[in-house]
Amino acid sequence: MQRRNFLHACTAATAALALPCRAFAASARPHVVVVGGGFGGATAAKYLRMWSEGGVDVTLIEREQAFVSCPISNLVIAGLQRMEQITFGYDLLQSQWGVRLMSDEATAIDPDRRVVRTARNGEIAYDDLVVAPGVEILSAGIDGLAGHEDRIPHAWKAGAQTATLRRQLEAMPDGGVFAMSIPRMPYRCPPGPYERACMVAHYLRTHKPRSKVLVLDANADIVAKKALFQQAFARYGDMIEYRPNSTLLAVDAATLEAEFEFERVRADVLNVIPPMRAGRIATLGSLPLINDAWVDVDWLTLGAKGLPGVHVIGDAIFPAPGMPKSGHMANQHAKVVAAAILNALAGLPPNPTPVVMNTCYSFVDDRAAMHVVSVHQYDADKGQLLAVEGAGGLSAAPSDAEGRAALQWAHHIWADTLG
Amino acid sequence: MRTALLASVLALACTPGVACAQDAPQPQDPHLARNLAATCANCHGTGGRSVYEPLVGQPRVKLLQTLDDFRTGEHEATIMHQIVRGYSDAQLELIADWFSGQQKN
Ligand SMILES: Cc1cc2nc3c(=O)[nH]c(=O)nc-3n(C[C@H](O)[C@H](O)[C@H](O)COP(=O)(O)OP(=O)(O)OC[C@H]3O[C@@H](n4cnc5c(N)ncnc54)[C@H](O)[C@@H]3O)c2cc1C
Ligand code: HEC
Repeated sequence: MQRRNFLHACTAATAALALPCRAFAASARPHVVVVGGGFGGATAAKYLRMWSEGGVDVTLIEREQAFVSCPISNLVIAGLQRMEQITFGYDLLQSQWGVRLMSDEATAIDPDRRVVRTARNGEIAYDDLVVAPGVEILSAGIDGLAGHEDRIPHAWKAGAQTATLRRQLEAMPDGGVFAMSIPRMPYRCPPGPYERACMVAHYLRTHKPRSKVLVLDANADIVAKKALFQQAFARYGDMIEYRPNSTLLAVDAATLEAEFEFERVRADVLNVIPPMRAGRIATLGSLPLINDAWVDVDWLTLGAKGLPGVHVIGDAIFPAPGMPKSGHMANQHAKVVAAAILNALAGLPPNPTPVVMNTCYSFVDDRAAMHVVSVHQYDADKGQLLAVEGAGGLSAAPSDAEGRAALQWAHHIWADTLG
Repeated sequence: MRTALLASVLALACTPGVACAQDAPQPQDPHLARNLAATCANCHGTGGRSVYEPLVGQPRVKLLQTLDDFRTGEHEATIMHQIVRGYSDAQLELIADWFSGQQKN
């Protein structure tokens, strides 16, 4: 649709239905502000510009200089990919799609006045706001951890800590112990820790074969692709040891000792993935939360419940049943929110039948990967996006073909999100 | 009254090659096909413009045949057989309409 038509549709619909065409009443062009340029926010910014044919202004507020992808970061930790291969700029979003990038920290949302406060650029007014801040890592809940993430990295946000964990593994002596702590669900990327265990074991088997990988899981069992990961762990003989029901209480950064509910562990490399909740900007008070952790949204619009004009997507939301916190899913949320915002600006109701889907590939060694996939359709009675029964599923087994597919998936989603 | 008006507004918003509200029993979102097709973009590129498995510009009949072959297992797949089963026939037709109606560049 041409931009002129987009504007025209708004006027026509408004006149016909007497629906408010908010943005046009206030100013010449609607302004959407997106907080957070990860998988969710960057995709939303791009699709808002693309689908409106430039008819809405989009400002993307992102605190980091570059986008570093969590997907494939476990391969960097294993030494199979380099940081540069998972690091991308925001330049195409600006040059190709006309997104305005604001390199800043959003510090507060004022939904009544429709402004976002920032650390350096003052208040930014919006007609619609998309909040996509990912997760906040709750280090403080584990005694002795806060402030020592350099020594005990989580590497659960790709970036400096990914490189740190890689360096620590390289420096680890043969015969050493790599110990990883997994938080109770829900956390970002359910299969991610088990993939990491496999990738670390792959590196150690190749370079330091007398070493050990201890997987200490606060959950009662492997939470994703269970049978497939059990088989994958078995490929590494007794190198990987999996211990369920292991809740971490405290760590000692000097000795790298970790105190769990039922045991103490000493490691040479200690990778603690703490519990998490919605990114901080979402939990400061203005947005409706479930379990004091995740934002409660309406699934047709991804609107924060009870807050007109504020939408939340990605890891930060309280998910529909069976919906994982993944980059793929955040990218899909973004398309639903972009469509809903543009419909509203054109005076149309939101699409009554949104569909989203998820895929998570996991590598088990340097070549083979396996997937889990699901398709979620809107159930009007329940007001939820629900996984379609009889669809989706798992790989029968990891394969090199899926290893290639997983890398292609990554390249495609990076391009769909950022370029 | 409101519904009738809404339907006519939606019909106005229809673009050639895209299934329109008046074809459907209930008023349907004017961008439904675009939105559905966008769920494929994570793996087939924005607008289906992947270099590996491009969907853009493929003939409608061929797309629907391939998708059906994924469903029945006729066409070997690592993942597509599990994906197509999540969409209704009507949704797959809208998706095929949309990709076949797009220019390749
Ligand atoms: C090891 C690992 C492997 C993974 N593998 C996969 C995979 O294979 N497939 C998959 O689909 N998913 C995978 N994931 C999950 C995926 O990375 C996340 O689900 C995804 O990043 C969520 O997207 P998001 O947009 O919600 O958050 P993010 O991508 O984290 O983006 C949030 C952005 O907001 C910015 N931000 C936050 N607060 C502010 C603020 N106040 N002001 C300004 N900027 C702010 C942050 O800097 C960040 O850039 C993996 C995760 C990990 C840790
Ligand atoms: C998770 C990634 C993924 C998603 C999402 C996805 N596909 Fe695919 N698609 C693939 C892969 C991989 C193949 C190759 C066949 C296989 O291994 O399943 C493929 C193949 C195809 C083919 C055959 C291509 C050709 O020219 O032979 C078609 C058609 C297709 N997909 C359509 C779709 C449609 C339509 C959607 C959205 C409803 C979609 N795909 C979503 C990964 C994906």
